[in-house]
Amino acid sequence: MEPIEYMRMTRELYESLGHQPYGWLHAETPPPFTRLNKPLSQCRIGMVSTSGAYVVGQQAYHYRDDTSIRVIPKGTPTDRIHFSHITENYLPDPRRDPNCVFPVDALRTLEAEGVVGEVAGDLFSCMGGIYSQRRVKEELIPMLADAFAGQNVDAVLLVPM
Amino acid sequence: MSLIARHLEDRGIPTMCMASALDIIKAGRPPRITFVDYPLGHTVGKPFDQAGQLDIVRRGLAGLVSMTHAEQVEMLSRSWDETGVWKAEEWRKGGAGGKDERRPRDGTPQYQTAEDRILAEGR
Repeated sequence: MEPIEYMRMTRELYESLGHQPYGWLHAETPPPFTRLNKPLSQCRIGMVSTSGAYVVGQQAYHYRDDTSIRVIPKGTPTDRIHFSHITENYLPDPRRDPNCVFPVDALRTLEAEGVVGEVAGDLFSCMGGIYSQRRVKEELIPMLADAFAGQNVDAVLLVPM
Repeated sequence: MSLIARHLEDRGIPTMCMASALDIIKAGRPPRITFVDYPLGHTVGKPFDQAGQLDIVRRGLAGLVSMTHAEQVEMLSRSWDETGVWKAEEWRKGGAGGKDERRPRDGTPQYQTAEDRILAEGR
């Protein structure tokens, strides 16, 4: 069975509601490509989830182009990971089991198995539903890039909602 | 998310984008994609399916080694249910005639619980 065409689906929904079309990113150029320069079993792996995850006690995300990030230590008990995301309709299962979109248990297991050398001490989250690509580039990405540099990661897993 | 992946890769950090919305992620042209054909909100697995979640993340990370050029996509052979009926339901809710499920663009923190607000803000 073919994957759902979400862009067509949403375009048709917005048309039927009289909304402006959503401005998805359409990259014009091929992406850069960097090869992993050591075995996975020697790599420190970072992770960012764009699901709006936060640790209980941290400030939640807001729903108007929130370009901030949250630091989520890899030892955080999963029941302390909560979510705020503009598309809350996709959150019921992540709110029962955060691992649906913030796979901290799987990463910890792969670390214990030695599949990866290490999982970075701090994992990160951000809010995926940011309308302004300019603000993503100017605010969110530099913050995340610095955060990953601080964790000295060899590779990064990105998990959308 | 593709913008983040492209930027990190440009700075010399290999990336793997997990994805459940194949058309959206491909339009952003990130360096590597692992696709899971599950409903949104389950990018790396079903709730409490520890074995499934572990396999999906394991396969995603393995792609960091096995993919040898940009824009490769690994399509994991997993299906949410046997009938695929969930896709018709997604179209019914999210296509023409459905309703806009996005929350209002409120600039104040939107906590999962009232207790979370008290713990974070003391009120």
